[in-house]
Amino acid sequence: MLTGALQFNTSFFWHELLRPSSGFLGGLGRTVYISVIAQVIAVIIGLAVALARRSTLRILRSVAGLYVWVLRGTPLLVQLVIVYDGLAATDIYRFRDMTLLGISILASVQAAIVTLALNESAYMSEIIRAGLAAVDVGQNEAALSIGMTPAQSMRHVVVPQAIRFVIPPLGNDFNAMMKSTSVLSVIGVPEMFLITQEISSSTFHTFEIFLDAALYYLALTTIWTFIQAWLEAKVDRSWGIVRTKRSLLSSVRERFQDPRTLGLSRRA
Amino acid sequence: MTSSDSRGTRMEGGGATLIVQATEVRKSFGTQEVLKGVSLEVTRGEVVVLIGPSGSGKTTFLRCINHFEKPNSGVVQVNGHLIGSKLDRNGRRVDASAREIAKQRAEIGFVFQHFNLFPNRTALENVMLGPVKVQKMSKDKARTLAIDQLTKVGLSNKIDTYPAQLSGGQKQRVAIARSLAMSPALMLFDEPTSALDPEVIGEVLTVIRDLANDGMTMIVVSHEIGFAREVADRVAMFDDGQIVEIGTPRQVFDNPTQARTKAFLSKVL
Repeated sequence: MLTGALQFNTSFFWHELLRPSSGFLGGLGRTVYISVIAQVIAVIIGLAVALARRSTLRILRSVAGLYVWVLRGTPLLVQLVIVYDGLAATDIYRFRDMTLLGISILASVQAAIVTLALNESAYMSEIIRAGLAAVDVGQNEAALSIGMTPAQSMRHVVVPQAIRFVIPPLGNDFNAMMKSTSVLSVIGVPEMFLITQEISSSTFHTFEIFLDAALYYLALTTIWTFIQAWLEAKVDRSWGIVRTKRSLLSSVRERFQDPRTLGLSRRA
Repeated sequence: MTSSDSRGTRMEGGGATLIVQATEVRKSFGTQEVLKGVSLEVTRGEVVVLIGPSGSGKTTFLRCINHFEKPNSGVVQVNGHLIGSKLDRNGRRVDASAREIAKQRAEIGFVFQHFNLFPNRTALENVMLGPVKVQKMSKDKARTLAIDQLTKVGLSNKIDTYPAQLSGGQKQRVAIARSLAMSPALMLFDEPTSALDPEVIGEVLTVIRDLANDGMTMIVVSHEIGFAREVADRVAMFDDGQIVEIGTPRQVFDNPTQARTKAFLSKVL
């Protein structure tokens, strides 16, 4: 093989990119749905943990602090092996393949979703905590002044406003989440990275197939960039802040040129 | 809103109903005692303006009245309720729950120096929120009420406008409408014009003046001496955590008896 000539198999590269095998598409699909489900769960747990950290009860604050400390302080890879292999090896809990609403879910996929969600929830709780803190204290006082309880104020006034501060860092994390699904290969989740590895070892077209995988990861994160921009615009509109209408191309150009303003403008 | 005839009966002499009764209120932040035993009674329909140098405790006292600050000692009663506390079975004062405090606050309007409008809601939604979420009023009814209140403060044409697109004076008028929508027994104003451009101060003072003429009971922290002279029934001069002088605007502004009042007035007039 070491002939010194370029061994790049162009037709293999294009074939796998444009007409990927069903196995590869299955891996792509798992990468997407594992990320989405884990992120959604992480936001919910993260909100609960963030609220617990603001609680007046010291015990709740301590438990939440401990949770964040441990989950942020240990590597995802180690957490994965503990949850999937460690728990099974000590007979504490063994994930089994199951069928939910007619869809079969592999044991390793369940473990992956649980671990990613827990890991990400620690980061989300910090993001949400910062978002809640960014809402002016006067907003809470205004809510209390019209007779709301602290819980009502949190629900109807503070949390809705925190969303605006939370979306950009959340988008950042979700971008990272989609890429970190590649470590799930160590517990045998047949996601995009593992499938790519399998194709690589059976065809020896390592460079071609991993380049294809890289392009698919890039496509996923790019699509997410657009979804995030749409979400941000939607929230801004609900604050009476509107972006001037522009073509898709120019809005993309603007986004990459000046990510600070994102083409924001206030209605006169 | 209180009945319009209350203004006629509010002066001393029998029938006047006490809306606010604050007794020996003390409040410390850390080692600094900000309120050193403040007492004040306000009868229905009365307008009391609190003046005094910054740091004298006016705002802290106002915030004790609706329990934004919890006094270290002393008693605040508004409309017959012990604010922030209740009596237990043995008649002892104990802390009220968050829900009970919220209920007490619903009767007390509070207008902030920096408006504190909800930026993600239109003027109408700002005003509707309290009636809908706190009083559980139907949305249709709340909308009618909110439009009425916004019309009253001269903003019927800004109903669907977001705070970001309102001027300071307009924001403060929406904030007043938001408080009034809860039909409070008492309105508290914390320097309502201090954050405003000079040219829009008048429109906010006009709204407050109209409220006074309608018989609303109010306590206003203000540096607007001209306004206080015109609208206040009584003026209370704060200094160093105490009310050092209290009386009609004429007494306090024209014939102050205390040296500290004279010194303060010579600076602001």
